[in-house]
Amino acid sequence: MATEIAFSDSAAKSARVRPAPGAGQEFETEKMSLSMGPSHPSTHGVLRLQMELDGEILTKCDPVIGYLHRGDEKIAENMTYNQFVPYTDRLDYIAPLANNMAYAIAVEKLAKLEVPARCQAIRVLTAELARVSSHLLGLGAFGIDVGAWTVFMYAFEEREKLYKLFEELTGARFTTSYSRIGGLQRDVPEGWTGRVGAFCDQFLPILEETLALLTRNKIFMDRTVGVGVISPADAIAYGLTGPNLRGSGVGLDLRKDKPYSGYEQYRFDVPVGTKGDCYDRYLVRGEEMRQSIRIIRQVLANFPGGDWYAKDARKIFAPPKDKILTSMEELIQNFMIVTEGPQLPAGEVYFEAENPKGALGFYIVSKGGGVPWRLKIRAPSFANLSILPKVCVGCLVSDVVAILGSFDFVMGECDR
Amino acid sequence: MAVIPLVRPTLTLLERTYLPQIASGLKTTLKHIFSPNVTLEYPEQRPAIPPGYRGVPTLVMDPNGREKCVSCQLCEFVCPPKAIRITPGEIPADAPTGHVEKAPQAFDIDMLRCIYCGLCQEVCPEEAIFLQNQYSMSGYTRAEMVNHKDRLYELGGTLPDSHHKWDKKLAAEKSGPAH
Ligand code: SF4
Ligand code: SF4
Repeated sequence: MATEIAFSDSAAKSARVRPAPGAGQEFETEKMSLSMGPSHPSTHGVLRLQMELDGEILTKCDPVIGYLHRGDEKIAENMTYNQFVPYTDRLDYIAPLANNMAYAIAVEKLAKLEVPARCQAIRVLTAELARVSSHLLGLGAFGIDVGAWTVFMYAFEEREKLYKLFEELTGARFTTSYSRIGGLQRDVPEGWTGRVGAFCDQFLPILEETLALLTRNKIFMDRTVGVGVISPADAIAYGLTGPNLRGSGVGLDLRKDKPYSGYEQYRFDVPVGTKGDCYDRYLVRGEEMRQSIRIIRQVLANFPGGDWYAKDARKIFAPPKDKILTSMEELIQNFMIVTEGPQLPAGEVYFEAENPKGALGFYIVSKGGGVPWRLKIRAPSFANLSILPKVCVGCLVSDVVAILGSFDFVMGECDR
Repeated sequence: MAVIPLVRPTLTLLERTYLPQIASGLKTTLKHIFSPNVTLEYPEQRPAIPPGYRGVPTLVMDPNGREKCVSCQLCEFVCPPKAIRITPGEIPADAPTGHVEKAPQAFDIDMLRCIYCGLCQEVCPEEAIFLQNQYSMSGYTRAEMVNHKDRLYELGGTLPDSHHKWDKKLAAEKSGPAH
């Protein structure tokens, strides 16, 4: 990987930091502490940065998190596996479909359950659409942070089209709750895949148009090139994942390295950056959207028929509605699955999926039955933000805004 | 077909003056000024709601005007934020629908708690509760935001029934020993 490139801009940074007040100086200078957030437009939610400033240069930066803590992990211990699906929407709420999928696959891994090809394909399709939607928002918000409003507007127009597709598929624009253990909430509606294809066709030119507003933009480059440089070694040491890790030149993508849900069938490239600065993270997201569209087209070209849920998992996936209404056996089965939860074996399982923000992992300890004994969520935004104290020191306050924008984090997931 | 390092552009001297970007940016903007509107004049214009939309949960009647809910309380159990509260009641045996035995005496859905997840509709064994097209709820007090049984039926209306489960049961009971 790109190790031959010099990843350090420490020389530039130290040149900026003023010398400590000494005998020859007229004025006594003092460090200033400043809180940015939890309600600041550029902290994307409720992140608070406790900064120590020397003039306009940061000498310390402590992220304060937890303002959006809801105790999701504890909530999970008190309900059946399916009841927790709506809560996964609210982790990375920019890409709920991807969270739904990651959670369902984790529980299915515990149950050693294989879902049919059609179910896998629909999940891949929704996860990639969610990635496009998430990266569009990431890009748009990054644009606003560094002064490019138009990008946000164009990105949101496209996200609206995606929301229309999600709404038709799941019944909700935002909180999709689409996956179920062993299947999905429902099959794709008539003609929906065609509309996804049409979206892809019209989206690519608009994506190019939107990216063209930034890629060779002198002001955008001045704000981002060489700012917030993260070396590959640091990125790995701090547990960065997703576009933030790949921006630093580490080509780790779980869809390629540990394929799940049939990702091994699809051809796509993993873009990596060469310098690890904010600009590279932007480039990676732009290219990942193109790759996602490539994956979506492959899924659509080979869209499998057949069942969309695991039919033989009779203790996990509820029977179809018309059976529940007409047959006593299925009625009882439905009551059992709802009240006792899907019946899973005892054991431990860890699964992580390549979400738009990075590796979203679920660690489940089960003592058998329909309720997890412990459910731990590995949130990519949480790990990604852990590098802030290191990367922000020596930056200007305005650089912090660019760095936060390039990180594309979500506090719903970080605080859970 | 693998890991691809991204190419970083080097700006030409002209681009570094920022002048070409101003021109091309304005060109993009002008193009968009003359393209059709993408926004709606809400509330005069309303978005189209697709079938299967998850709006406000409602209770429905069957085409004979019978309330379909049998107060099995499965939806109350499954509701993740505990928005539903049901008090089961008996149907008098001499009522026309006496063979159904049970119906809710009270059925409240607290719309301040409901997260529109649709699990209640999904688990209901009687197809009695549906999330329909209404998407905006407002009120001045917390009490106003709790939908009681009457309001739920008013919102829900009547939906077609393809199974007529209870009519069949009544017919079976009349024609011979039931169960
Ligand atoms: S609405 Fe359905 S699930 Fe809820 S109590 Fe009535 S019959 Fe049972
Ligand atoms: S939609 Fe979800 S939250 Fe609302 S009443 Fe039904 S189960 Fe409860």
